[in-house]
Amino acid sequence: MVWQTIKRWYHMLGSPRYFHTFSSRVLPWLTPIALITLVTGLVWGLVFAPSDYQQGNSYRIIFIHVPASSGALMGYMALGVSGLVAVVWRMKMAEVMLKAIAPFGAALAAISLITGSLWGKPTWGTYWQWDARMTSMLILLFMYVGVIALQNVIREPRQAARAAGLLAIVGVINVVIVKYSVEWVQTLHQGSTLKLFGESTINPAMKYPLLISMLGMWLLYAVNVLVRARTEVEWRERRSKWVQTLIRKGDQ
Amino acid sequence: MNSVRKQRLILVLAVLVGLGIAVGLMFYALRQNINLFYTPQQVVAGEAPLGAQMRVGGLVVDGSVKRNEETLDVAFDITDGKGSFTVHYQGILPDLFREGQGIVANGTLISTSRFEAEEVLAKHDETYMPPEVQDALEKAGHPGAKKGGEYNE
Repeated sequence: MVWQTIKRWYHMLGSPRYFHTFSSRVLPWLTPIALITLVTGLVWGLVFAPSDYQQGNSYRIIFIHVPASSGALMGYMALGVSGLVAVVWRMKMAEVMLKAIAPFGAALAAISLITGSLWGKPTWGTYWQWDARMTSMLILLFMYVGVIALQNVIREPRQAARAAGLLAIVGVINVVIVKYSVEWVQTLHQGSTLKLFGESTINPAMKYPLLISMLGMWLLYAVNVLVRARTEVEWRERRSKWVQTLIRKGDQ
Repeated sequence: MNSVRKQRLILVLAVLVGLGIAVGLMFYALRQNINLFYTPQQVVAGEAPLGAQMRVGGLVVDGSVKRNEETLDVAFDITDGKGSFTVHYQGILPDLFREGQGIVANGTLISTSRFEAEEVLAKHDETYMPPEVQDALEKAGHPGAKKGGEYNE
């Protein structure tokens, strides 16, 4: 039953035209929800959450750093899945997604590196160390840039998607390294605070704004992917009847 | 799934698994180089090279910090529970430096019991709480209160 629903969704959203109508219905309410959630989390975290017993107020950059990093990592996993579907099944929507997911992810990876280094100076005493976590995060940014560049350098969009898709799939290995680097080797970066299983080592008064900021960032990412995918679909299907009708309707 | 797709899927997965194993082996082989620092246990056991530029990391031993009144010289012991040695440093320590805190020092190992640091970085743990909670934990004698610099083994 669940499998069949997923399969139906896969086929429906696999159609560019259906995706276009679906996204026009979702975006009007997803966009405000994403913005409100993110702003709530950020204001709560940056202004109202208590300061930390060791780091005082400088820990507050966590409310930007962690949402950005987690968004960049999850985005890359989605990029890898799109790459797999694009390479193996040659599905058009997966190629569109491959193009839609990368830019925001690259921006988040950059934000994560910048905020991390600004946070490192007052707490660790350094902006940058070549430890496993930071180096692998820098590689993640390069993987994003590589996927974007590969799509731009090959003119034929279907061929570009296959090349970029393969790079996206291979890069998933790096996501695993980023995630577990703090556990496998000695790093300056501390271990994970939020744990999927077991108790998180953060006070609830700080945890809730953090979780809300993270959710807000992920939703904003989803909004950005939908908007980018819509534009890409319209461009790819520009010669089809339904896009032509859409344009004519927009002109009036 | 038709056979062409199946073939492509198998090929892609094979590439992924192959690369994964290759990266895993590389990680394993370079394990010591990827580690940011040597632990006190390794230093005491003589695994760390003497006289070479390197980093060591560990917890600052309680009550071991000795500051020179006239200069910026400071000496303290670091430990990981399995070994300890003294770090000598001249300069300003990061804000988070305190006894019980995890630190990473960059410098040279003179002997297995003496390290000359040029740079001291504070490692902080993944625990966040308001100061009032920390005070309450300390008053109650809760073991969580001393988590100031839990060592990441």
